[in-house]
Amino acid sequence: VSSAEGVLALTGPAAVARLKAKKRTAWRRRGLVLLLMSPWIVGFTAFFGYPLVSSFFLSFTHYDLLSSPRWVGLANYKFLFEQDQQVWPAVKNTLWLMAFFVPLQVVFAFGVALMLSRARRGIGFFRTVFYLPALAPTVAATLAFVYLLNPATGPVNIVLGHLGIEGPLWFHSPTWSKPSLTLLGLWGVGNLMIIFLAAVIDVPRHLYESSQLDGAGPLQRIRYVTLPSISPVILFAVVIGVIDSLQYFTQAYVAAGVAQGQAASESATNLGYPEDSTLFYPVLLYQQGFRYFNMGYASAMAMLLLVVALAVTLLILRSSRLWVFYQGAGRR
Amino acid sequence: MIRVVAALSVVLGALALTGCGGGGSKDSSSKNTAAADKTPVTLTFWSPFTARELHVMDAGIAKFHKRYPWITVKSVGAITADKLTASIHAGNPPDVASMFETDNLGAFCNSGAWQDLNHYIDADEFDMNQFPKTIRDYTAYKDKRCALPLLADSYGLYYNKALLAKAGIAAPPKTVDQLAADAKKLTTRNPDGSLEVVGFNPLMGWYENAPVHWGPMWGATWMNGDKSGLADSPGWEEMARWQKKLIDWYGYDNLVRWQASSGDEFSASNAFETGKVAMNLDGEYRIGFIKAEAPKLDFGTAPLPTSKPDLYGTSFVIGTIMGLPKGAKHADAAWLFLKFFSTDETTLAQMSNGLQNIPSTLASLKSTELKYDPRFKTFMNVFANPKSSTQPVLSIGAQNQTLFASFLDKWQAGHVKDEDLPDGIANVDKQINAALEQAGSNVP
Repeated sequence: VSSAEGVLALTGPAAVARLKAKKRTAWRRRGLVLLLMSPWIVGFTAFFGYPLVSSFFLSFTHYDLLSSPRWVGLANYKFLFEQDQQVWPAVKNTLWLMAFFVPLQVVFAFGVALMLSRARRGIGFFRTVFYLPALAPTVAATLAFVYLLNPATGPVNIVLGHLGIEGPLWFHSPTWSKPSLTLLGLWGVGNLMIIFLAAVIDVPRHLYESSQLDGAGPLQRIRYVTLPSISPVILFAVVIGVIDSLQYFTQAYVAAGVAQGQAASESATNLGYPEDSTLFYPVLLYQQGFRYFNMGYASAMAMLLLVVALAVTLLILRSSRLWVFYQGAGRR
Repeated sequence: MIRVVAALSVVLGALALTGCGGGGSKDSSSKNTAAADKTPVTLTFWSPFTARELHVMDAGIAKFHKRYPWITVKSVGAITADKLTASIHAGNPPDVASMFETDNLGAFCNSGAWQDLNHYIDADEFDMNQFPKTIRDYTAYKDKRCALPLLADSYGLYYNKALLAKAGIAAPPKTVDQLAADAKKLTTRNPDGSLEVVGFNPLMGWYENAPVHWGPMWGATWMNGDKSGLADSPGWEEMARWQKKLIDWYGYDNLVRWQASSGDEFSASNAFETGKVAMNLDGEYRIGFIKAEAPKLDFGTAPLPTSKPDLYGTSFVIGTIMGLPKGAKHADAAWLFLKFFSTDETTLAQMSNGLQNIPSTLASLKSTELKYDPRFKTFMNVFANPKSSTQPVLSIGAQNQTLFASFLDKWQAGHVKDEDLPDGIANVDKQINAALEQAGSNVP
């Protein structure tokens, strides 16, 4: 009987039933997966997918935030590429960040991590001290830097004055405003530093030992052992740094406003003070969207930013094949 | 705290004086068509006021309720323009809204976010000429009148009497040449050569130093018809050259260093209040701040010095605006509110006493209820001057002002060559016109 049932089960209606049950289980499993993923799906759709699609649509409209958007075709893009004289200075300022701020940030975070990994005593203390600035709220930290670097009353220039050096105008000079922001960024590099520290500590001891046996000095060990071993973290730091610099806003917004002092009405304040040197692309975007009721144009600017961010990230990732090593896999 | 107590006592005192007879004060010379319906309603009113100022506003609202007992007002303070925008967009706006950002009116009016009040004005035969021309200008966008004023501000010259006397200057300057000469006389330097007291700070962007506030001193205007016309108004170039000459006398770097140490504008370390700047351009509200923050300061006020004698006594005028948002549920009652707070003489006087702003109608300037420091009179006079001016109301908000300020920022630092100034100004026009066109070409 049982073998007959077995045959039936393989071919007869029972097999169909089993298949159905299997399918049902699969569906149930898919349902469960979807259910478990639903917080992410909802969040992603509502806070990423929808805004992205809606910005893309709005970039082809005139939208003043107050009335319904009106279709204008490519007019916003035309204005962006052909007429808006503020775009190019803003792009140049943002490129400056990518060219100077990002590499410095990576080198500085790596350097501090390297030193902390070598510390013999007070490791916990030094790690805390170097990490601590990362906890300071951005606005507060920026205000503190504007105060510290005040050309007349700031402690930095006072100390420089005692050394017989006339300190620069810092946030008040178009030459020094971006370096001042860079100092602020380097001071708050803690998060990146912690990641580098973990990576540096994680470099296998035996690699150092064998390179030492081969006669490698300290610099060679960094060049041929540490750097290749932590290269995935460097890649991460560069990509995150570039994206951050493309979105650089809060520090510039606060520093320009505070350094300039009060001017006219809030909506007429010159955001790029001094001389548009801190008018970064996102600052201009904000100004257009939220100060001038030009949200359609701001959306077009955001679309360009997205495309550029994507392109730059892809470029870095592609180039990473040449310089990033994954353990056990050699070059990717 | 002292300021709050003082303000409260002024308001309470004023209420005690007039509260009983509140209904007796003069309104505008108008009919009251909207007042026909007396069904009880609750109006929601949003304002940017907080703390002391909100108390003053609410005291006025109590008077409004006495006049129109069937209208109860729910007053909500600390509302920013962004919040207001969001509420209108979401279809859940207040019945009446007020806003400090007069620059926004063009966008609010153009988009219909604030309703055109003309049909109420016509139906009530509401007389707009009871306001000075400046107010009529800054409350309308093209032919749409979307706002009424809630008090006003005008600008003048504050001078430190003790410092002027010390420098042997008998009277405040009346011309811009005198201003420059006096500024130099009043300036003192520290032993290391840095600036100690600055006679007059000519750097744009500092405190109230903005093209929009300075322009009237040179009779400079913003628009030429529908287009930006900075290059067509020679005053701007004269202003820029005058400014640069004085900056060069101080040394740009010296001035920036001094400015960086000059203290926050709205704090007790304000440079005029601490005697670090001898003469300063500021609004009428500064008198209240000085009394609270630097009561011992011996200062005077005068109209702004001008480039031509016939301009003397004019100024820049602006003020808080209020309007009827799209989707307001009780528009008729809201209109009564708007009318009351822009024209009721007693209320305006009391609010002026409390907020230290200028009452918005010409008649209210003569109100016996007004209690003001004699130095406040300067600002009332320049406000009432028919030649005073205001900013243009544009659909692009304050973008024209920002673009011009950004150019002047480079000019004052010496990064624009002297001979390139006219071209530079013309290029600002070009940028503003492109922005105007970009906003305009999108309107079907």
